[in-house]
Amino acid sequence: MIYDVSIWAILIFLFFVAAVLGLSFYFGAKTKSAASYYAAGGTIHWGVNGVAFAGDYLSAASFLGISGMIAFAGYDGFIYSIGYLAGWVVALFLVAEPLKRLGKFTFTDALDAKFNSRAIKLTASISTLIVSIFYLIPQMVGAGDLVVPLLGLPHWAGVTIVGAIVIYIVATAGMTSTTFVQFIKGALLIIFSTILTIYIINNGLSLKPTEDYHDFATITAVVEDGTVTEIESDHFILKNQVTVEDKTFVLLDDEGFDMWFKLEKDDAGNTYLTEALSIVITADGERLYNGAPRSEERFHQVGHPSRIIHNGEEVESTGPLGPFEFLKVIEDSEIVIFKREIFDYGDDRVYVFYQNPTPGTDIMKPGMMLKVGDDGTFWDKVNFLSLMLALFFGTSALPHILIRYYTVPSQRAARKSTIVAIAAIGFFYILTLYMGLGAMVGGVNDLESSNMSSPLLARSFGIGIFSIVSAIAFATVLGTVSGLIVASSGAIAHDFVDMYLRVQMTDRQKVMAGKLAAFGVGIFAIILGILFKGMNVSFLVGLAFAVAASANLPSILAVIFWDKTTHKGIAASIITGILSSVIIILLSPSMFERYGLHPADAPIPFDNPGIISIPLSFIMVIVVSLLTQKKAT
Amino acid sequence: MLHGPAAELGVDYASKQKTRLGLILFLVYAVLYGSFVIIGLSYTHLLELRVFAGLNLAVVYGMGLIVLAAVMGYIYSLICTWMEDKMEREAKK
Repeated sequence: MIYDVSIWAILIFLFFVAAVLGLSFYFGAKTKSAASYYAAGGTIHWGVNGVAFAGDYLSAASFLGISGMIAFAGYDGFIYSIGYLAGWVVALFLVAEPLKRLGKFTFTDALDAKFNSRAIKLTASISTLIVSIFYLIPQMVGAGDLVVPLLGLPHWAGVTIVGAIVIYIVATAGMTSTTFVQFIKGALLIIFSTILTIYIINNGLSLKPTEDYHDFATITAVVEDGTVTEIESDHFILKNQVTVEDKTFVLLDDEGFDMWFKLEKDDAGNTYLTEALSIVITADGERLYNGAPRSEERFHQVGHPSRIIHNGEEVESTGPLGPFEFLKVIEDSEIVIFKREIFDYGDDRVYVFYQNPTPGTDIMKPGMMLKVGDDGTFWDKVNFLSLMLALFFGTSALPHILIRYYTVPSQRAARKSTIVAIAAIGFFYILTLYMGLGAMVGGVNDLESSNMSSPLLARSFGIGIFSIVSAIAFATVLGTVSGLIVASSGAIAHDFVDMYLRVQMTDRQKVMAGKLAAFGVGIFAIILGILFKGMNVSFLVGLAFAVAASANLPSILAVIFWDKTTHKGIAASIITGILSSVIIILLSPSMFERYGLHPADAPIPFDNPGIISIPLSFIMVIVVSLLTQKKAT
Repeated sequence: MLHGPAAELGVDYASKQKTRLGLILFLVYAVLYGSFVIIGLSYTHLLELRVFAGLNLAVVYGMGLIVLAAVMGYIYSLICTWMEDKMEREAKK
C-alpha cells in the first residue's frame, strides 16, 4: 500500500510540468545573446534572485534527503541543515560582492579576471564540471525515488523524465527560465513545507499514528541454550533461527509467507519475539518483502512512539502541540527506530529491519548515525569534523550557486539577494526538523528509501497535499538540476570551448554551443542517476560539497584576499583539490560498499575528504604562488 | 581577453570597509560554529542539557546558528548600505 498511484497526484504533476515548460518556451523566444543565456542579462531583481537562490539551493538533498535522514537518524540529519545554512555565512561575508565585481558569466571568469590565464580557464572549467556532476547525481537519484509513488513508474523512468524536461528548460532559455523556475519552486517549497509542519504539530504524537497502522506482533518464546524451541502462537509456525553477533533472528511461517522476528529478553528474564520487516533477495534475484512480492503489500510503512510523555504523564496521544512543545514531547518520549541487519540465509541475502525503542534524548542529539562523543572512534570523529568543514566551506564554492551572482545588476543586489536566500533557506531548514521527526513518529516511513519520508508524510494528511508536495518535490529537482546544467554548459561551452580553446563564434553560436553542452550533460546525468539508485541523496550532496570546498574555495579566497596569488597557484590548488577529494571519496568505506566490497577493507577509513583535501588545496595555492612570484624589476 | 562583470557596475567606494566588516562577522560566526562542532565532537553529553522551553542545547544551539546567520546577514547589509551611501556622498563632494 505504500505506493498506490493517485490520479490527482498525476494531474497536479502534469500541471507543474506544463507550467514549467510553458515558462521555458516563453523565455526561450527572448534568449538571443550569451549574456541572456548564461546570466539572464544581469537584470534579475534581488528579491526574485534571493528566492531563486533558495529554489536553486534547496535541492532534493534538502527536501528529501535531510528530512529522510532526520526521520531515520534523528538529530544527525539536522546537523546537515545547520552545516548547509552556515555555509551561506561564508558566501555572504566573504564571497558574494567580490565575486560579483570580478565575474562575467561563470565562476571561471571571476577566478581568471585578474590573470587571463589558460591554465585557470582549463582547471576551473573542469572543476565546475566535476562538482556539478557530483551534485547532479543525488538530484537525479531523488527524481527517480519520487516518481515511484507519484506516477507508479520505475526509478529509471523518473530519472529519464527529469533529464528530458531539464534539458528542454535549459536548452530553450538558459538562465532566465531557470531563474523563474527556481523562484516559483523555492516559494512553493517553503509555503507547503510550512503547511506540512502545521499539520504535524497539530496532529501531535499518538501510539497508533494512522488508522491503518500495522499492529506489530509480540510472541512469547521458550528458549533453551540460546535456541528458540517453542512459541506461544496458534497463527505462526516456528521454522528456524539465525544469530548475527549478539542478535538472534527467528524465522516464522505466516500462512505460507516467511516472516522474521527478533528474539528479545526483558529485565525479568522473559523471552519473546518482536515482529520485524524483511527484504529477501533470492538467489535468482527476486525481491521478497515480508515473504512476498512488493505488490502483495505485506511491507508496511513504519515509525511510531512506544511511550509518549506529555506534561510529565504517560499518554496514548497528545493532541495538538505547540512548535517547541512538539520537540520537547519527542525528547521526553521513546520512539521505535527500525535498525537494519544484513545476513545470508542459505542462498538468500536477508535484510531485516527490527524494532529498536530509542529514548527521545538520544534522538535529539548527535550520535545515531554520526558516531561522536564516547561512542565514536578516532576515525568517526575525523569523519564528523570533515563533514562539518565541507558543509561550512562548500556552499560558497558551488559553481551553480555562484553563477546566480551574475544575474543581478549590482553588488548591493548580490548582497541583498543573499540575505533573502539565508532567511528563506534558514526557515526551511528549521522546518526540516519538524518534517523529519513528523515522519519518524507518523507511521509513514518506507524502510527501503529514506528519501521518501516527506512526501509519504504528506500523503498521510490527505491525497491533495501529497499531490502538491510531490509535484513541488519534483519541481525541486527540476530547479536545481536546471541550475547545475546551466553551470555545466557554461563550463564546457563558455569556459572551455570559447575561452580556453578560443574557438571563434558569433554570439548566436555561443548560445548554440551552450545548448548542445546542456544536452550532453543532461544525458550523462540521466545515466548517473540510474546507476546510483538507492543512496541517500543528502549523503551524496555532502560529498559534492567536499569536492567544491576543496577544488574551488581556496582559489576563490586567494584571488579575493591575497595580492600575491598567481595563476599557477590557482591552477595547482584546483587540481590538488579535485584529485585529493575525488581519490579519497573513491577509496572510502561508502564507495567500497557501493562496489560490492566490504567497507572495512577500504584503504581510507572515513567518507568525507574535506579535512584533508581543503587544507591541502589551501597550502598548494600559497606555496605555488610564493614559488612563482614575478621578480620585481 | 579580460572580462568585465555581466552588468555595468558603479564605483564601490566602500569596498575595503565592507571587506573588513565581512571578515569580522565571518570570524564571529566561525567561532560559534566551531564551538558547536567541538561540543558535538567531544562533549556530546552537554548537548543533552535542557536550556530553553524544555529543549536541549543541541536543538537550541542548532536553531540558534540558523537564526543568527539571518540576523547577522541583515545587520551586515544595513551597515554596508549605510557605508556605501555615506562614502558615495563624500566622494561626490
